[in-house]
Amino acid sequence: MPSPASASNNPVLRLDSVSLGYGDFTVLRDISLEVSRGQVVAMMGGSGSGKTTLLRAATGQLRARAGTVTLFDQDLGYTDARQLQSLRQRMGVLFQQGALFTDLNVFENVAFPLREHAKLNPADMLTRVLNTLEAVGLRCAAHLKVSEISGGMARRVALARAVILEPELVLYDEPFAGLDPISLGITARLIRSLSDRLGCASVVITHDIAESFAIADQVYLVGQGCIKAHGTPATLHASTDPYVQQFLNGHPDGPVPFEYPSTPAFESWLSRQGVAQ
Amino acid sequence: MTSPRGISALGAAVRKRVIGLGVFTRFFIRLLAVSSIALTRPRLVSQQIHFIGNHSLLIIAVSGLFVGFVLGLQGYYTLNRYGSEEALGLLVALSLTRELGPVVTALLFAGRAGTSLTAEIGLMKAGEQLAAMEVMAVDPVRRVLAPRFWGGVIAMPILAAVFSMVGILGGWIVGVLMIGIDTGAFWSQMQSGVDVWKDVMNGVIKSVVFGVAVTLIALFEGWQARPTPEGVARATTRTVVAGSLAVLGLDFLLTALMFSN
Repeated sequence: MPSPASASNNPVLRLDSVSLGYGDFTVLRDISLEVSRGQVVAMMGGSGSGKTTLLRAATGQLRARAGTVTLFDQDLGYTDARQLQSLRQRMGVLFQQGALFTDLNVFENVAFPLREHAKLNPADMLTRVLNTLEAVGLRCAAHLKVSEISGGMARRVALARAVILEPELVLYDEPFAGLDPISLGITARLIRSLSDRLGCASVVITHDIAESFAIADQVYLVGQGCIKAHGTPATLHASTDPYVQQFLNGHPDGPVPFEYPSTPAFESWLSRQGVAQ
Repeated sequence: MTSPRGISALGAAVRKRVIGLGVFTRFFIRLLAVSSIALTRPRLVSQQIHFIGNHSLLIIAVSGLFVGFVLGLQGYYTLNRYGSEEALGLLVALSLTRELGPVVTALLFAGRAGTSLTAEIGLMKAGEQLAAMEVMAVDPVRRVLAPRFWGGVIAMPILAAVFSMVGILGGWIVGVLMIGIDTGAFWSQMQSGVDVWKDVMNGVIKSVVFGVAVTLIALFEGWQARPTPEGVARATTRTVVAGSLAVLGLDFLLTALMFSN
């Protein structure tokens, strides 16, 4: 269950009036949010709304065009490669597609961060990796190749790899996608219990309203290039904002646009097609 | 007369090449800067030597054998005109150690191991594996590319030596077993005529230089590949073309430097 009391520490991650984009296209403008220790924050929004872009800003893969991204009290705009590397050692990331190493088996994938950053003897490493795999229900799949497991299993392996170092901040990009209902519930509870047990901050990018509302302390609704609403799950449920209501209830008509917005790149492409605008 | 647009296009093309060369050089320097991993974690390099060398061994050995057969036949036909068939062993050995061993091995290496390296790195990029490593605070250039680079550089002279040895064996099979040249003359001429430093070591140096060039090009193309199936396919093709041309160009330069009087 959410634990609002645990959300009283200094923010692990803070975005202050941040703008993000690629090339000529600014995806997000004036984004401000905070994630504290022990807190689970759900980031929700339609496809292409810029949720993964936010995650890339938090990991330092994408620099902010304006505003500041502060991670563990360090402004990512002023960190060099070495500092960024040391900050990244304190976080875990679950990628949207899993990004498992295809030449390694399940065990080696989960053990990878330990081999790189922790000095453990083989027995301790075996125990720790198997325990983490057990938490995602894949202890007996440790020997399998990545090509031999299903998409849902791969996502659970990626989850185990993201949390094996017990990081202070875990970023989950679509952790529930492709999971069966049982795995989905277990994964959601695992995310919550990790935050409660380790006191780590968790950012969950998801479309799954029921599961994320069940575990989140704070929910941010991203859309139309900005944060449209935020608050506790109860606050958002009670909101009369038509944008929030349409998104939560999945109504086809309303202020949430279905169509991908026009961009300078599209206009340029269209003009090259010789189509009168 | 050249139009302004033509001059502009030429300038853009030259600029693109110069930038490409700069990026390639920076990549090489970055690779060297993180190469300490080859000493701190030698197992990563030995795995790559095994992977690259083992997978190329069969094609190298079979090619070496056939090249040796051809050298034996052609050498005999030529030397026979001058009554110098006994020098066949010397001819085969010099041809292989000085030129054909390093060059043909490098060309085969570009086609076999080079393409494999490019595709592997390109697909890792497309599958976000390299990005995942970066986010895990692991430098992919250090962890993935550097061991492969040194694996390729070390494997190349070993493969070239295998090629030359099997080639000499092929020349012996044709010259001695099939044609009937005296086996003592075959080996003694070779022993007295091949200089360890001038011939064998120069061949080894060549193969090391080719190993650096081909492996570097293969890794660079994979690293720069667009993360799509088409992008990886194009990068793989570029590895073969650029790698082969680099080997032939460098061979000319090295031959001019090493064997000029």
